[in-house]
Amino acid sequence: MKPKLLYCILLLLCSASCLQLQAQTDQDALMMDKNNLCIGPMYSHSSWKKYWEGTFKRDNQNLGTVTTQMVSIMGNYGITRRLNVMAGLPYIFTKASAGTLHGLHGLQDVNAWIKWMPVETSLGKGVFSVYTLGGFSLPASNYTPDFLPMSIGLHSKTLMARLMLDYQVGGFFVTGWGAMNWRSNIHLDRTSYYTTSLHLTNEVEMPDMAAFQLRTGYRSDYLIAEAIVSNNTTIKGFDMRKNDMPFPSNKMNMTTAGFNVKYTLKAVSGLSLIGAGNYVVHGRNVGQALTLDAGIFYIIDFTRKSKIVSSSKTNVP
Amino acid sequence: MKKIIGLSVLVLAAAVAIPLACSKGVNDRTADIPALTPTAADADAGTWKPVLVARADTFTLAAPAAVNSVGYVAELNEIKGMQRSLSQADEDKIKYWSAGGVLRWNEILRGLVAKYNLPPYQNADGTYPAPNSANPFAYPLFPFANPPYAARAYAYISAAQYDALVVAWALKKKYNRAAPYQVDSTIQLKAGKAGVSAYPSEAAVLAGVNAEMMKLLFPTEIAAIEARAEEQERAAIAAGVASRSDIVAGEALGRQIAQLFLARGRADNAGKAIGTPTDWAKLVSDAQARGETPWYSLETPKRPPMLPLFGAVKPFLFDSATCVSLRPGPPPSTGSDQMKKETEEIYNYVKDASREHLRIVHFWADGAGTYAPPGHWDAIASEDFIPMHLSEVRWARNMALLNMSLMDAGIVCWNTKYYYYNPRPTQMDSRIKTLTGIPNFPSYISGHSTFSGAAATILGHLVPERAQAYADMAQEASMSRMYGGIHFRSDCTVGLTVGQNVGKYAIQRAQNDGAEK
Repeated sequence: MKPKLLYCILLLLCSASCLQLQAQTDQDALMMDKNNLCIGPMYSHSSWKKYWEGTFKRDNQNLGTVTTQMVSIMGNYGITRRLNVMAGLPYIFTKASAGTLHGLHGLQDVNAWIKWMPVETSLGKGVFSVYTLGGFSLPASNYTPDFLPMSIGLHSKTLMARLMLDYQVGGFFVTGWGAMNWRSNIHLDRTSYYTTSLHLTNEVEMPDMAAFQLRTGYRSDYLIAEAIVSNNTTIKGFDMRKNDMPFPSNKMNMTTAGFNVKYTLKAVSGLSLIGAGNYVVHGRNVGQALTLDAGIFYIIDFTRKSKIVSSSKTNVP
Repeated sequence: MKKIIGLSVLVLAAAVAIPLACSKGVNDRTADIPALTPTAADADAGTWKPVLVARADTFTLAAPAAVNSVGYVAELNEIKGMQRSLSQADEDKIKYWSAGGVLRWNEILRGLVAKYNLPPYQNADGTYPAPNSANPFAYPLFPFANPPYAARAYAYISAAQYDALVVAWALKKKYNRAAPYQVDSTIQLKAGKAGVSAYPSEAAVLAGVNAEMMKLLFPTEIAAIEARAEEQERAAIAAGVASRSDIVAGEALGRQIAQLFLARGRADNAGKAIGTPTDWAKLVSDAQARGETPWYSLETPKRPPMLPLFGAVKPFLFDSATCVSLRPGPPPSTGSDQMKKETEEIYNYVKDASREHLRIVHFWADGAGTYAPPGHWDAIASEDFIPMHLSEVRWARNMALLNMSLMDAGIVCWNTKYYYYNPRPTQMDSRIKTLTGIPNFPSYISGHSTFSGAAATILGHLVPERAQAYADMAQEASMSRMYGGIHFRSDCTVGLTVGQNVGKYAIQRAQNDGAEK
């Protein structure tokens, strides 16, 4: 009971003070055991000073440094060892250090996933596995997407599909995935807007996105340490014009390089700590953000059996 | 296990199929409106009072050829040939233009304003480049279509269209030549029936006016707008409503009348509105001499004030002396308790804005990259005029009255802003963060309030059953600037009143232009 109490206190503290980032659990080749729920808060701090206006890299003294903080609660439940469901809900705060623009805050998009591992087999000296994921996200509040970069999100409903491959030899692994995000049209508070031409409507066609990721590193029962390279590419979309403000249907591309470390405490059964970070090395119509994440996760085993520490192939984010 | 596989397959299939099945296309509100068939043809509009043209009958055209002449029969053959091989793209263009030339040109102009409504990016040394009409293709492109510039562009084009159509209506009555579809029953009518004769073509008059006005207002767009003008003329021919000679005569007339407006525009003081560093410094020292805190730019690097001498531009509805008399008394002194109170009020609005207030701020923001507040009122007016089925000449008259009001409201407003040179709320209290971009010019009086007061007043006269709705919209537009943190209450309430006073001059004109008999 003690660890659970400790955990609850930590959860409350974190939830009260923190903000969003992208869920980690849907991006890694790890599965929860049957009837196990891994749940916890994440905090993310992301800031940029330089940004790409189309392909032109600049700063803006009327924004200074734009900071986005996120607190989210995320959970991952094992229906079986091969089939997991997960969900997350972030709360976002934005702020600019210079200029006059007011920051915004609010609940962003609730997201949920089904993650299935149809293949897990020995291959050569290691284990090869395949994962398929389907997910969606829905705006959880009536926030405005039309005040970028201060908006907390783009307010699109999205459907996501992802195919992931993983190969592990001993403690070393490599994971790669490709994904598509289909995004619904959004509605603005105003009745017209300009992209590359004037549109006399409040409805905006949102371009879909493709994403890729490669992650590799060391994975054991108590420690995961990995390097991650990701790419997000907006299919269609348009560039910001010189000295214009960003717009939700801009082409927002980025390549990030980062790391992720997860440490599972031996002293407190089922408790793990996460630290992650990434930096935008190349982008288009996005900020050159440095993002740092921290999270605490706890595994609750509803089978009430003793096994709480997950195996190296069945793990939390 | 089977269940699991089935479920997963279902989820993945849905993830692929649903987005593909959903059509994501977005249509403009006016994309599919029907062809304009006016309820009243306004056949006597040739007697209406033009804006610059002294008398409609001072313009003449060669008398058109008789409909049974060899030349005219050849023109009918051109139409028949065209109608035999219309592509879907041709049909789409016919449908687009048949909704009304004044409407479509206003929409095109709104698009140009949005395209050019971006403040220039700074130089490396922290100064700002200014658009140069003598070198319009160099960055920053000429013009920077900010609210005053936009108001003037809408007014000149609307007024020129109106004058040209009044003259066209006089000539239509004089020559009374039927339209091709009326002369030859094998020619299909693919547009609405205008109810007036075809020579000169009103479509071509509008094409000529708009193509010509670009030379002053959007010189980098001349080629693109000439192409749209040709498209409109071709659509009129293909629709069976105009022959080649109706078009040629109309376009020449439109271009000729546009010259009057170009000449006025080149001498109306707008070219000097940007001022000089000496003018800018004097604004500061004058405010200090009055014992007031002068406005300063809240941008970094500090940007010179937007068109400080626009208040000296020649108005359409009254003379420059009247413009000065329309300027309101001073705002609360920057050192007064009243100013403190008004600043505190704005801080309270922005510190925890409701979603509804944010909606109002963004609905009316009309800032950089948009068609500006005058364009917003043109959009509101257009969408109300569409179901009224007005003749092209009455469409042009209504838009001219609206846009002359908006331009003159802009002039009086700018005159006031730079007379008092009053700071924005954020300058008075740096805790005030804004929910929309902060405009780079003095606070008193609010441009949105002045524009909206003027627009609601003239529109309430033109569409009386909507008068209360327009007044409510103007009130909301005005309040949006307080909710957004960029104006004081005095700026907004006084701005609305000044705008309404400008609008009354437009009503006076409307009551005496002969169109309300």
